[in-house]
Amino acid sequence: MMMSKINAHARLLFAGAALTALVAANAPAYAATPADTLVLAWAIDDTITLDPAESFELSPAEFLGNGYDMLVRLDINDTTKVTGGVAESWSVSEDGLTYTFKLKPGIKFASGNPLTAEDVAWSFERAVKLDKSPAFILTQFGLTGDNVTEKAKAVDEDTFVLTVDKSYAPSFVLNCLTATVGAVVDKKLVSEHAEAVTVSADNKYDTDFGYAWLKTNYAGSGPFKIRDWRANEILVMERNDNYYGNKPALNRVIYRHVKESATQRLMLETGDVDVARNLDPGDLEAVSKNADLATTDAAKGTVYYISLNQKNETLAKPEVREAFKYLVDYDAIGSTLIKGIGEIRQTYQAKGVLGALDASPYKLDVTKAKELLEKAGLKDGFSVTFDVRNNQPVTGIAEAFQQTAAQAGIKVEIIPGDGKQTLTKYRARNHDLYIGQWGMDYWDPNSNAEAFTSNPDNADEASVKTLAWRNAWDIPELTKESKAALLERDDKKRAEGYKKLQQEALDTSPFVMIFQQIEVAGMRNNVKNYKLGPSMDTNFVGPVTKE
Amino acid sequence: MSVVSDTQPAPRRRRARSLVKSLLGFLVVVIVTYLGLLAVTFFIGRVIPIDPVLAVVGDRAPANVVERTRQELGFNEPLTTQFVIYVQKALSGDFGRSVLTTNPVMTDIKRVFPATIELATLGTLIGAILGIPLGVLAAVRRGGWLDQIVRIIGLIGYSVPIFWLGLLALLIFYARLQWVGGPGRIDVVYEYTFTPITGFYLLDSIIQRDWSAFGNIISHLALPSLLLGYFSLAYISRMTRSFMLNELSQEYIVAARAKGLSERRIIWRHALRNAAVPLVTVIALSYAGLLEGSVLTETVFAWPGLGLYITNSLQNADMNAVLGGTIVIGSVFIAINLLSDLLYRLLDPRTRAR
Repeated sequence: MMMSKINAHARLLFAGAALTALVAANAPAYAATPADTLVLAWAIDDTITLDPAESFELSPAEFLGNGYDMLVRLDINDTTKVTGGVAESWSVSEDGLTYTFKLKPGIKFASGNPLTAEDVAWSFERAVKLDKSPAFILTQFGLTGDNVTEKAKAVDEDTFVLTVDKSYAPSFVLNCLTATVGAVVDKKLVSEHAEAVTVSADNKYDTDFGYAWLKTNYAGSGPFKIRDWRANEILVMERNDNYYGNKPALNRVIYRHVKESATQRLMLETGDVDVARNLDPGDLEAVSKNADLATTDAAKGTVYYISLNQKNETLAKPEVREAFKYLVDYDAIGSTLIKGIGEIRQTYQAKGVLGALDASPYKLDVTKAKELLEKAGLKDGFSVTFDVRNNQPVTGIAEAFQQTAAQAGIKVEIIPGDGKQTLTKYRARNHDLYIGQWGMDYWDPNSNAEAFTSNPDNADEASVKTLAWRNAWDIPELTKESKAALLERDDKKRAEGYKKLQQEALDTSPFVMIFQQIEVAGMRNNVKNYKLGPSMDTNFVGPVTKE
Repeated sequence: MSVVSDTQPAPRRRRARSLVKSLLGFLVVVIVTYLGLLAVTFFIGRVIPIDPVLAVVGDRAPANVVERTRQELGFNEPLTTQFVIYVQKALSGDFGRSVLTTNPVMTDIKRVFPATIELATLGTLIGAILGIPLGVLAAVRRGGWLDQIVRIIGLIGYSVPIFWLGLLALLIFYARLQWVGGPGRIDVVYEYTFTPITGFYLLDSIIQRDWSAFGNIISHLALPSLLLGYFSLAYISRMTRSFMLNELSQEYIVAARAKGLSERRIIWRHALRNAAVPLVTVIALSYAGLLEGSVLTETVFAWPGLGLYITNSLQNADMNAVLGGTIVIGSVFIAINLLSDLLYRLLDPRTRAR
């Protein structure tokens, strides 16, 4: 009898439990995302600010690229050229020092304020004076906090004049102005939110230029306005009805922060998101086989390489540098490890950039590598350490390289580490081998040419620390050639100059270039005209429609 | 009369003195714990072979920006000076700014912690409400089929990786059956109508009387909270069972049975009441563990909580956020310990007498 009482009690409990579960599960069935909204699942935890003067990360570049407009934009049909943004036309003076931009008439910011040359000039002044990470893209033209109001100036309502310090290649200057740091911000709106600052040794100016406010707010004129951003959670964009160009078909674009590839895939399959942006090769394959889903991709300006520290005497031998380029199994890596997320590229300029050299002379050739090592007096091989951050695909590539190198008698010891940890070691030049990735700072060949084939001062305490410096590759000649290409005003000759630099790097550099990154996205079939651009800030969502 | 009034206050005074003493002792323990926590986290943060400036400005920043930032953040000062400054600031509740979000760390934690608390509280409630009766029944039916089932449930709960179980649950209940909401705390559809006030979404929707949002939030909470609830259930039921077995073999149970009390009364009133004392600690610790933020659950369910925040910060060498988060978790542990101590006093008359 006692037992039956307990039984009754238990039954009640289980019934209660079942009821709770039922209530919890009794949610409405899920419809697709709203017809006027594009919902994307994307890891957006690298967004730390929405201020164009400070933002230098990947995901915010896309938000700013859609939310703001620049003087000129990258022509996505021919990425070696630029096309007008808010500028209708531009001209360069004879001496190559003065750039005059005529603005398109009648442009308004999302706020309704008119966009004038004054706003452009103030945006330059703001970025230069705040002097955050991306500011060098503008200050490399000789702009400083002291001279910027003179050098970047509004002559009248719709004429903006930029004066640079050297007669650079015009393509270089214009390419740099497509960067998000050149975005035009609404002077009136931002000034209303600027905070007064007391001038001191640390603060040269009596205002913060709206820095505190613009970090999480929006003051642009692009096809979309950024309505809301909650870090690591969500970013919401709305159509800007004041936009002068083709207005977006959709009312809203919502980015949801989802980090896990498998989770993104589930949400895409269920229809809770329209686009998934961080799909692993495995999930991507499943998505491409699903009849309701489609994929799209675009090569991006990020390249992956293995580099040899020239402070290591063995690795500094030219034969060893060359031998390493024969010890990478490019075919195997391309068909497995980076399938769908990258394509083999042996030159350091990304495909699509002005002057990019498309050449891939190297193949896995152990015999050839052995011959080279023998010539260097290293017949019996040698041992080196290899700093590898513990994520894919670099770990896989490093392990593949370890195996092929062993065939030539080189014993590679992999030291796995956290990304920031290996990077700290690399930046201090304490590595032997390092596997790195390099994204272009701005869409111009000078960005990577400066990184890979320029090293003005190889001393430990140098002020300019390029990738060549990090590997102690002392190259006064190539540094000069890089500089010359920067000042070459004829685009054709300039492109030739960069091709020559890449050829030189291909033959002699301590960089074993492996692949160029491809960005991929999975999407629902009813999403049309969704295209990824050549750079993050050209991942335009304006043309997207939904059926 | 006078004799009585002289003897009466003495024990009370003694008791008051012992209370002050134990309070003081407790305070000392808390302060030492905090200082230790601050020191350990601070020095670990500084000795790891990661350049903290790199985390702030990124790999692409030019050398002058790197140097200026190093100066601004005070990394050029000697380590001891840095520590003193850090402790001074921490005492006034300033843990610096997070590198990743650029917000003050406390602002960030105020934003992410409610998400974790909401999940952890529901999880613990589910775990305790189901786990205790299950444990009691398993103890009463020791060796019976119910005991075996509870054992199996517990074993699975212990040994199956939560990551895998979470994905599986998503696959079945969200992707296939569509019974529950998917990852995240709420559907994007509500982005325009629902505004977080307190950060506890359930509470917010009740305040705003937005019942459709309330239902949606529940449907998003269901899977992760049931999952966490299952894991704490596994733990709580096993512990309840062993505590109950211990109590049921005591002499007072035999005495109660001899008195002819009903078995139900003996189990639920007498035995469970005594087992409740250590159980409080078990539940409190399991709750504190969940409050720490269940990283894997939060990752799988894209739940913007504390666990995800700290892990993310750790991976990006965002030491301010890690330190601040650690202090908050430490405080939670200390607070919950204190609370369970107080509950002890309520439940166990013997601790009150001392």
